[in-house]
Order: sequence, then structure tokens, then C-alpha cells
Amino acid sequence: MENFELLMGGLESALTPMNLLYAAIGVLLGTFVGVLPGIGPAMAIALLLPVTYRLEPTSAFIMFAGLYYGGMYGGSTTSILLNTPGESASVMTALEGNKMARAGRGAQALATAAVGSFIAGTIGTLLVAFFSPALADVAVDLGAPSYFALMVLALVMTTTVLGTSALRGFAALFLGLTIGLVGLDLNTGQPRLTFGVTQLVDRLDIVVVAVGIFALGEALWVAAHLRRRPAHVTPVGRPWMGRDDWGRSWKPWLRGTAFGFPFGALPAGGAELPTFLSYLTERKLSKRGDFGRGAIEGVAGPEAANNASAAGMFVPMLALGLPVTATASVMLSALQGYGITPGPQLMTDHADLVWTLLASLLIGNTLLLVLNLPLAPLWARLLRIPRPQLYAGILFFACLGAYATNLDPFDIALLLAFGLLGLMMRRFGLPVLPLILGVILGPLMESKLREALTISGGDYVVLLSEPLAVVIYVLIALFILGRPFIVRVRARAERSATVEDEKELVD
Amino acid sequence: MSAPEAHKAPETRPAERRVDLGQYGLAAFMIVIGIYTVFDAARLEVGFADPVGPRAFPYLIGTGLVLVGALLVVATARGAQPEPEEGEDVDLSSSADWLTVLKLVAVLLFTVATVNLLGWAISGGLLFAGAAWSLGSRTLVRDVIVGLVLAIGSWYAFYVGLGIPLTPGVLDGIL
Repeated sequence: MENFELLMGGLESALTPMNLLYAAIGVLLGTFVGVLPGIGPAMAIALLLPVTYRLEPTSAFIMFAGLYYGGMYGGSTTSILLNTPGESASVMTALEGNKMARAGRGAQALATAAVGSFIAGTIGTLLVAFFSPALADVAVDLGAPSYFALMVLALVMTTTVLGTSALRGFAALFLGLTIGLVGLDLNTGQPRLTFGVTQLVDRLDIVVVAVGIFALGEALWVAAHLRRRPAHVTPVGRPWMGRDDWGRSWKPWLRGTAFGFPFGALPAGGAELPTFLSYLTERKLSKRGDFGRGAIEGVAGPEAANNASAAGMFVPMLALGLPVTATASVMLSALQGYGITPGPQLMTDHADLVWTLLASLLIGNTLLLVLNLPLAPLWARLLRIPRPQLYAGILFFACLGAYATNLDPFDIALLLAFGLLGLMMRRFGLPVLPLILGVILGPLMESKLREALTISGGDYVVLLSEPLAVVIYVLIALFILGRPFIVRVRARAERSATVEDEKELVD
Repeated sequence: MSAPEAHKAPETRPAERRVDLGQYGLAAFMIVIGIYTVFDAARLEVGFADPVGPRAFPYLIGTGLVLVGALLVVATARGAQPEPEEGEDVDLSSSADWLTVLKLVAVLLFTVATVNLLGWAISGGLLFAGAAWSLGSRTLVRDVIVGLVLAIGSWYAFYVGLGIPLTPGVLDGIL
């Protein structure tokens, strides 16, 4: 119950008229950017970070929470109204959601997505408030060896679970680790991989890296393959749900939440797997047989899973300082901008800020529901922006964001370099997440490794000196040995999902 | 920039069974970076009381890059195909249009070169108009106007709202 009181305290400091205004601006901006085709939540946050500069931390967090949930919701609007999901987490939403939209039930699809996201986000945030302090209490006693093992686990999981090819995952990971090396070596003060460029000495700004890889890389990739005939947008009215829709939605919302949260909180990361599991479950449980023709359960479940896993990622991020998704990495770097070092101490050193952030998430989530339900038709019209102007705008704001931090044209050049890297990764099918995690976790891993070995006097056995570390290495070994099996099961399940869809379409 | 046509990558449709030559380029890129990383680390001095030192990690990462690069060469030779990323506005069925990408890169380089001279309000506006033009928009006048409105608007938003004066450039004193 102590956590509950702290959360109330956070709500109290977050709930001022000025902060509510920031939250509303955040939700609107987040949805606006998230709804634009080709922009996922991570990219929306990275693009909008400069807007929060120079605000005091409480207001910035509040705006941030709004941006976050707004960006997420914007993404699902896009996948329902255009049948081409921009990211893996909304593939399942698009499956039934777009069919609902085409059958004239787009309003209900958007409504169940919005309410489901709200419920999953609220439950998820409350669970974060409940679990993170407990985990942080345990984590304070963890030494460098355990941390090192946890980071290895996060990297191995994201590298091998996502995408089709582990080789490409590792290619992305090692490129990311290399980027993470650039700058001063903190122990000895010597520059590494700086090519004698002074701007590179104090390490790369993760926001420039993220905006370059996500926003610029995507814009350049789209430029190379621009669809000449824009995708079809299904018109939609104001979202609403009938009695029947509520009755069919509430169980999938809760089940989706139950799938999403644990996966988000695990270092395996990501919403891809839980949304997929939720979709399969709902289809199996459905007695109506309208799956494949626009079943509302198929939107409600995966959307809730998506948002619950997005909330779950705050557990490792706040309690351990470990980001497990691209969005978390971007957010973590924003926290660092306020001089906050994430890790188990965060809960004690900056308790007020953490609780404000969690309270902000609840507020942002609520405002999202209040503002976006009436505004949905307006957002739908954004999908018709002509593509040249849309992507020109993305380039414009990406450059603005990179430039505004230091007012140095070099940062735009750097942005371009990472944009080209992002383009290359899309061309060769390299997954983006291992690269971003490599950039963020690489330096952390190195410092933990050196910390551990300095204490032990260079004896590498120290890495196995903590029970948790040993357990984690065993898990990693089991996982690598079991991977071929997991891949096969997943491929079979996915195939059955798509094959049946096609069958039903033909009928 | 003289011969953009030469850069046209062979089509990479999963259905076709042919070696994707571009992947050798990627592998070479990774191997070169890996070797450079190791080389760069070798000239670092190791401090005392630091058993790992600043070299170990770059050595490990550099070796990893070379190794993955080499594996990629093998995989490519054995016919491994990339799965290019799909997206809302991405049409993978036509071959890649690298000329548009080159135009965009040129526009961005122009921005890098001129932003301190002309200022954000002008450079940013030109960036928008140039990028829209590269992407196939033919309403140049409207794009320039939209770009200038965006750029001047963002200049004032940052100056008034956030207290960050973006470079005024030649418009110093006017804005």
C-alpha cells in the first residue's frame, strides 16, 4: 500500500492545470506524429524530444508520457485504416482491424483499440508501480557480474528472437556495439574511433543516432521504394461501440494485458510475440467464426497486449536501468538528459520523479482516451497528406531536432550518416533494435565488466561469482540450444494464421 | 554522384534464386570497420590497475564484426537473401530508385553546408522544398512557401517557447 500512497503523491504533483496542458499537448503531438504513415512510436518520441528540452523535469515527463501513449495510439490508427502496418507490433491489429474498417466497422475498431489501450496501459502502469520498487530493492544488492550477465541476456534475446535470421541480428548488434565505442574511454580518458574529430570525443548523442536510423533511414528507404499509388484509406466516422462490441471486447482486453505485460518486462522485449499470442488465443476462443472477416476480438486483444507490453518495459528500465525496446532506449536517453542515471538507485535517489513519471503515464493514458475518440476522423485525414510533402516534413523535423541540441551543422551531417546506415539496414533486412541496444548497452557492459575485473584483480572467474549471473548464463545457453525448436514452432503457427486468413478471404 | 544508375542494386525478390551481390558490399563494410576498430584500439595505452583496459572491448567487437562479415560472405554465396523491410508507403515490387535517394542526400548536404550561413529559417525552408521536389512534388512555389512557414515558425517556436535561438544567419536582426 505504500506504493499506492507514493503514486498518489506523484499524481498530486503532476495534476496542476499547467501540467495537464502539457499532457494534452503531448497527447495531441504524439498522436499527430504517430498517425503519420511510416512513423512508429520510437521514432515519434525521438522526433519530438527537442520539444521537451528546457522544461522542468515534471512537466517534461508529463508531456513525454502523452507523447508516448499518443504515438502508440497513432500507430494503431494507421494500421487499422491503411492495411499496411508500419511495425511488427501492429501486424496483428491490421489483420482484423483493416477488415473491420472495410466492412464499415472502422469506428468500432478504433474505439476498441482506444479503450483496450487505455485499460491495458492503466493496468500495466499500476503493475509497474507495484513491481519496480520491489525489483529495485533486490537489484540494489546485485553486483557488476550480475548486471553484466543481464545485459548479455538482453542482447542475446533481442538479437536472436527478432527477425528471421540470427546472422543479420548479430550483424546489427556488432555495428551498434561499434557505434557505442565512439568517444572517450571513461577509465583512461583516451579517445576511441573518433578519427580525430572533436565533436565525436564526447560520445554520440543517442537521439541523433535514433532519429538517424529510424526517421531518416525510413524516409530514405521509402524514397527508394515510394508507392506511386498511395495506399487506400478507409474513411471513418466518430469511434463508438455498441453493447455487443463491449461484450465481445472486455475479455480480450484483459487477456491481451496478461500476455503483454510479462513479455514487456522480460529482457526478451518487444510486443511482437505477445500480440501474436493474443491474436491466436482470441481466434481459438472465438465461437462466432468471423475471424478473418473483421472480428473485433482480433483488434481488442492484440492492441491491449501491445500497450501492456509497452508499460511492462518500464519495469527493467526503471528498476535496473536496462532498456529492452527501441522506445525504452530513446526514453532512457531523455532521462539522462535530465541528469538522471537509471538503475536501482533511481527509485531511492529520484523517487519523486519516478512516481511523477508513473502518475504522468496514467494521466497521459486517460487524456488520450478523452481527446482521441472525438478527434479520430481528423487523424484519419492526416493519412492523405501527399507523400512528397509528408517525407519532406519528416526530414525537416529530423534535421531540426538534431540541429537544435548544439546548433552545430556537424550534427546534421552525423544524422545523415546514420540515416544512410538505416537505409542500408532496411535494404539488407538487418533488424534495427539490436543495433540501438548495442549502442546503449555496449558502454554500460564495458564499464560493468571492468568494474568486476578491477575488484577481482583481473580474474575472469569473478563473472560467475554471483548466483544470479550463473542462472542467467544457464538460461542463455538453454535458450540458444532451444532456438531452432522455438523458431520452428513459431513459423508453423504463423503459417497457419496466414493460410487460414487467405482461405477465409477466398470463401 | 555522376553515375547513379550504376548503383542500382539487383532486384531482391525472395522468389528469385540469385546471389545478392550487394550483400558482399555489406560484408566488406563490416570487415573493414572491424579491422579498423582493432587497429584503432591497438594504439591505446593501458592504464595500471585496470586489468581489462580500454583495448579488450574494441578487440572483441572488432573481431565479432569481422567474423559476422565473413559468415555473411558464406551465407551470401550459398544464396541467402535479405528480406527488405516493408512499410506503409514502401512498394517492394518495383526496383529501387536510388536517384531519388541521391537527390535527398544532396539536399541534406546542402543544408549542412549552408545552415550557419543562411540561418535555419532559410536553410530549413529550402530543405523542405528541396526534399519535396526530390520526392516527386511538382508544386514548387507552394512547397517553398510551406517550407518557409515551417522554418520561420519553428525558429520562433524555439526562440519564444524554449528560449533556444536557432541560427539566424543572414536574417540576423530581421527575425
